[in-house]
Amino acid sequence: MEFFQQLLNALSLGAIYALIALGFTMVYGVLRFINFAHSDVFMIGAVVGSLLGNHLPLGTWWGGLVCLLGAMAVCALLGVIIERVAYRPLRNSPRLNVLITAIGVSLLIEYLFQNEHVFGAAPRSFPAVFPSIVWQWQGLTLSSSQLIVIGVALVLVVALELIVYRTRIGTAMRAVSLNPRAAQLVGINPNVVVTFTFALGSALAGAGGVLYALNYQSVEPLMGVMPGLKAFVAAVLGGIGSIPGAALGGLLIGGIETFIGGSQFSTYKDAIAFALLILILLFRPTGLLGRRIPEKV
Amino acid sequence: MTSPRSGPSWPHLFLGGALIASFLLARLVTDPYANDVLTTIGINVILAVSLNLVNGHTGQFSLGHAGFMSVGAYLSAAITLLLGPSLLGEDGGAPWAQNALFFGGLLVGALSAALVGLLVGIPSLRLRGDYLAIVTLGFGEIIRVVFQNIEPLGGALGLNGIPNYTTVGWTFAFAALAVFVVGCLINSTYGRGFIATHDDEIAAEAMGLNTTRYKVVAFVVGAFFAGLAGGLYGHFKMSITAAGFDFTKSIEIVVMVILGGMGNTLGVILAAILLTLLPEVLRPIAEFRMILYAVLLIVLMLLRPQGLFNFRRRSR
Repeated sequence: MEFFQQLLNALSLGAIYALIALGFTMVYGVLRFINFAHSDVFMIGAVVGSLLGNHLPLGTWWGGLVCLLGAMAVCALLGVIIERVAYRPLRNSPRLNVLITAIGVSLLIEYLFQNEHVFGAAPRSFPAVFPSIVWQWQGLTLSSSQLIVIGVALVLVVALELIVYRTRIGTAMRAVSLNPRAAQLVGINPNVVVTFTFALGSALAGAGGVLYALNYQSVEPLMGVMPGLKAFVAAVLGGIGSIPGAALGGLLIGGIETFIGGSQFSTYKDAIAFALLILILLFRPTGLLGRRIPEKV
Repeated sequence: MTSPRSGPSWPHLFLGGALIASFLLARLVTDPYANDVLTTIGINVILAVSLNLVNGHTGQFSLGHAGFMSVGAYLSAAITLLLGPSLLGEDGGAPWAQNALFFGGLLVGALSAALVGLLVGIPSLRLRGDYLAIVTLGFGEIIRVVFQNIEPLGGALGLNGIPNYTTVGWTFAFAALAVFVVGCLINSTYGRGFIATHDDEIAAEAMGLNTTRYKVVAFVVGAFFAGLAGGLYGHFKMSITAAGFDFTKSIEIVVMVILGGMGNTLGVILAAILLTLLPEVLRPIAEFRMILYAVLLIVLMLLRPQGLFNFRRRSR
């Protein structure tokens, strides 16, 4: 029973990692850089969710949904603004400059929110916007928030898969990711695609933030850092640029972390994800489901 | 980059100047506040110049410099703390014996940091750009978590009661040594390889340079000096915790390098001095310091990617 309980916890944690990893993987697929600020968009999703939650009736399904969708909308907008202000002017600069800017944006958001006048460094409690029911069955504890996390993540991943493979803009995204210049030749506006990608990825991160905060019942400015880094590892593990890969990677990282956390090596929990990243990059840099891209001169 | 010149090059001039300055400083500075600020400047110059060799000259973006610093800080402090009482006796021993122990500790710390740099460098330097940044960040975090779990080194509480051996004079002398070694390395025939690796890795390899080897050498030398700076830092602050060498510390060093202009040693030294003095001057708005750093990073990349203090026109 202990094992199944852990499996359940792993699944809900992994679902959140998967949601964040999807944003990393999509932005990398289109622009070929790591959006460091993604983990802070995740944090802002949780903050917006908690602010909305304080004005909504608690413990109702519609209230929870409004909170989730509101956070997703704000994050989508924020992602688009970040791309417009910080990344677009650097579209043709060396990749290192874009990377440094991304780190700058990430630090700016983190320290802005740690400031007393904005949010403060102390954790705040997250309102229970969804109904909280706990089921007990043969020693197995299943809470409604875990079910919501897994359910919402599943719905969003399926929706994303449909958008990317069944719509015009999704096709354009894949085209830009495959070959930006050729995509432009056939009449795709890369700026529209990049904006859309950022909106989509950030909305998923926002949803991840609300779900994470719902599970841990607290919000603080640095809450995105560790989940963000682990989600990045998940994206690399699954093969960066691959959507099913990101989902699979998220679940695997969630699983490994939960089982290590329950063992005697729990103090090394935070180091495991990085050790795993190094091993993947050494032995299978393309990840589990990634394509190999030859380097061209 | 610059063309080779005849006559004494600036590393030699800098070494001479800084050595004289450090001897004068050791005699002149008596004010404890000035002493603190100057020592911090010296340590930051070592950190910035050594990271500049990796991030600037060789073009490999490392985010784990604080990790190497912590290796040096922990191991040198362990030497002076554990061996000190038995070697020096209860009364603390003669000044020369203390200094000998201090240098021994610094050397052990710096060499272990270099060894860790080698261990980190060999696997991760096959990667480039964003991946390398993340992996070095990850290694920095792994080093932090490992130190937090070693009970003989204080665990999460860190090491306390480290003897206060670091002086302004020695810090400046070591800073001069770091600038000298990095400057000579870059300006040598061998050192052209670092710059070639930075400018165009594929072309450098086509010319027959072993770029991986250059990257590893840059990494090891950078880690050595980071470890040295860590040792000085530990014997200056007298207490260290693993949490003090986290990602934020690495970012502080990275900001110095970027502000000064990657690959521009003089600019990086100026930036290290500026960024040490700035928080002292701006103490009333200390809470906005990191926000300022972040804005600085973004604005610099958007408007002046070659760094604040780089006045040479870029040929590329």
